[in-house]
Amino acid sequence: MASQISTAFAKPQKSTRMKMIGKSNVFTYFTLIVLSLLMILPLIWLVRSSLMDNAQIFIFPPEWIPEPFRWSNYPEALTAVPFKRFFLNTMILEVLTVSGVLVTTMISAYTFARLRWPGKNIVFGVLLATGMLPGAATLIPMFVFWRELGALDSFIPLSLPSWFGAGVYTGQGVFAIFLMRQFFMTIPRELDEAAYMDGANPLTVLWHIILPLSKPALLVITVFSFNDVWNQFLEPTLYLSSEKKYTMALGLASFKGLYNAQWGYLMAASATMVAPIILLFFLAQRYFIEGITLTGIKG
Amino acid sequence: MRRNKSGLLRMERRWGMLLALPVTLGLLFFAIGPIVASFVFSMTDWHIGGQSSFVGLNNYETILTKDPVFTKSLFVTVYYVLATVPVAILAAFGLAMLLNRKVKGLSVFRTIFFLPSIVPRIAGTMLWLWLFNPDFGLLNSIFEYFGLPGSQWIYAEETAIPSIALMSVWGVGNYMIIFLAGLQSVPTHLYEAVEVDGGGAWRKFFHVTLPSMTPTIFFNMVMMQIGAFQSFDSVYVMTQGGPNNATLLYVVYLYRIAFTETKIGYASALSWILFVIIVALTLITFRTSRKWVYYEGGGK
Repeated sequence: MASQISTAFAKPQKSTRMKMIGKSNVFTYFTLIVLSLLMILPLIWLVRSSLMDNAQIFIFPPEWIPEPFRWSNYPEALTAVPFKRFFLNTMILEVLTVSGVLVTTMISAYTFARLRWPGKNIVFGVLLATGMLPGAATLIPMFVFWRELGALDSFIPLSLPSWFGAGVYTGQGVFAIFLMRQFFMTIPRELDEAAYMDGANPLTVLWHIILPLSKPALLVITVFSFNDVWNQFLEPTLYLSSEKKYTMALGLASFKGLYNAQWGYLMAASATMVAPIILLFFLAQRYFIEGITLTGIKG
Repeated sequence: MRRNKSGLLRMERRWGMLLALPVTLGLLFFAIGPIVASFVFSMTDWHIGGQSSFVGLNNYETILTKDPVFTKSLFVTVYYVLATVPVAILAAFGLAMLLNRKVKGLSVFRTIFFLPSIVPRIAGTMLWLWLFNPDFGLLNSIFEYFGLPGSQWIYAEETAIPSIALMSVWGVGNYMIIFLAGLQSVPTHLYEAVEVDGGGAWRKFFHVTLPSMTPTIFFNMVMMQIGAFQSFDSVYVMTQGGPNNATLLYVVYLYRIAFTETKIGYASALSWILFVIIVALTLITFRTSRKWVYYEGGGK
């Protein structure tokens, strides 16, 4: 599978045959260009609207080039509500949650892949089964649970479960553990055993031997968990009620209610939320694609 | 401190259970516990802040026989799933087929098709809210340009669900990537065999590509189905279930009952019904898959 994944986003091979520009290829290029235009058009619309003033944005038929470029939409939109605070909150949640996913995924995957202990297969089987649970099924009891503990309107309900293998959301955590376990099983066992004979414990082995070999898999999980936290909406809506605790997604949604017809501001705020993910994609393209292809592996 | 064999086993047992402790606790507190609790709640008439008493299967009975909003919401959800999944599968598969040809600028096209799928959902929702705007939005402008009448998109009962489906289909890029990886792993010797038999592009597609891709199609279908059944974010932000409950997706209804009306008991019964529907649907899809999914080597 790994080789397939790398070919999925590798540079296309130069064809040695020169009969490439046939009739069917003209058709292919035509279709590709039209479809890419359709796919990219909404994003162009996003950027163009984010730089327009109110007078121009409501001209019909619409114009494509902002005149003038109203860059001040960005600072104005981002200070109209405390977006800096929302960004900070999101980043705090990212750190708390993603580190939880990484630590728990590593140790759980290791114990399931490598160590022998009674009941292991049962626990792993139950874990896999719960990965299929629809998130909506546990939403209400989880809310009641955190309410009883007095943890509402805090980051605890959103981040603590990730330290116990529940991931950013249930299925995500299970999937990360499953993936990492598969990955560990490809690392030769002899490496660990030699270390154990010398008196090392599993945490040392995990840290010094397994971790350096698992960087690509860890990066896939990091990129995906980061993206999931960035995207998360239902749970933050449920658990965070005071504005100063809002995440970017919540802030953006509340912004809509406050500045209803201010499309320039709304698009500037939205573009601000899109930009980091696009940047992350271009920096870590390979890991995005690997992660997506790995989800398809089960088929 | 060198270890012998039995020392190793003892060490593995001790550490193995210790390292599995967090995930085991997680299973109890964040999966099994909640599911059991939710079943218990579903047999009560508990409101947040109120008394609760045991009502047996009353909630289920009310939902299934006396709740027109539930029926409406189930209908809306099924409509949404049917409007999204087949179109999205076709679109993702078609795009992957196009990209699987050896064309120049492939990586550029691939990136463009993929980008919409990583746009954060709430930001994407805001963008589409603006695209759907009946007076100044891009979609109606395009319609106007071609001399077509404009649409009310998410603001009219008949067009609301198709509009939201259209928005979902925009983000099929990640499924396209899965299809593309699948297409690239179809063994070339099968294509060569068709060529030897004098078969052309159509034969290759129907006798090699499509059968080899059925497991991937099946997998994507199951995942999309489960996801679509639980959609919430976009609709909650765009329409809150309106107009006139025309976009009242199941989870939006569940959320309304549980957290706006705080009827925890009733909402828990709703969530169990959703759970059963999703499991049943997945099982049915698996059963029918035996008729059309082809696994190399015959076995599963």
